[in-house]
Amino acid sequence: MARSIKKGPFIQEALLKRVHQMNAKNEKKVVKTWSRASTVIPEFVGHTFAVHNGNKFIPVYVTENMVGHKLGEFAPTRLFRGHSGNNKTDKKAAPAAAPAKGGK
Amino acid sequence: MARISGVDLPRDKKVEIGLTYIFGIGRVLARRILANTGVNPEQRIRDLSDADVNKLRQEIEKQYRVEGALRTEVAMNVKRLMDIGSYRGTRHRRGLPVRGQRTHTNARTKKGPRRAIAGKKKVTK
Repeated sequence: MARSIKKGPFIQEALLKRVHQMNAKNEKKVVKTWSRASTVIPEFVGHTFAVHNGNKFIPVYVTENMVGHKLGEFAPTRLFRGHSGNNKTDKKAAPAAAPAKGGK
Repeated sequence: MARISGVDLPRDKKVEIGLTYIFGIGRVLARRILANTGVNPEQRIRDLSDADVNKLRQEIEKQYRVEGALRTEVAMNVKRLMDIGSYRGTRHRRGLPVRGQRTHTNARTKKGPRRAIAGKKKVTK
């Protein structure tokens, strides 16, 4: 179920504060965060976040199109390397590193 | 012959049903359109007067996004998800279910027909 409009989008307080500080000083630093559940708001655009995926931090550069999504959507938590004996898929290709392959 | 937004409507069906042959119009929208234009939903399409057909056509063209325009919109939405590198985008790209359904079994609608796996033993009884 979607979150109630009354509450507004969820953003971790600390993260919001960091971004506001950075916007006030007009600086761009990579912000490490574990808060995958935080919604991307317009103020985030242009910043880079290092979003934790449970193992390491995935750099996420926020663009305008990402507004309204959660940070966690851009840092995949699972690594699928293909099934055994399946030589067609490159075994080194992690899902995060393989944005190519259009179509199906 | 009633032709609305590039779709031929089936002649022998009631208008209420016939309109749903247009991509983007289901039963609810069909009924709303008919109520707004004052066309009798029980009528067969072949019995529609030209004036009625025109009324429907105008109503649909100015109020709703159907057929090509709607398909493009949906495709653009999916493309956006893929371009921003979101989880939902990667699921679309891989042709897997997008909304968290299981893929251990089922999910055949998205994945298509089963593909044979080399070296997998068949269960014999």
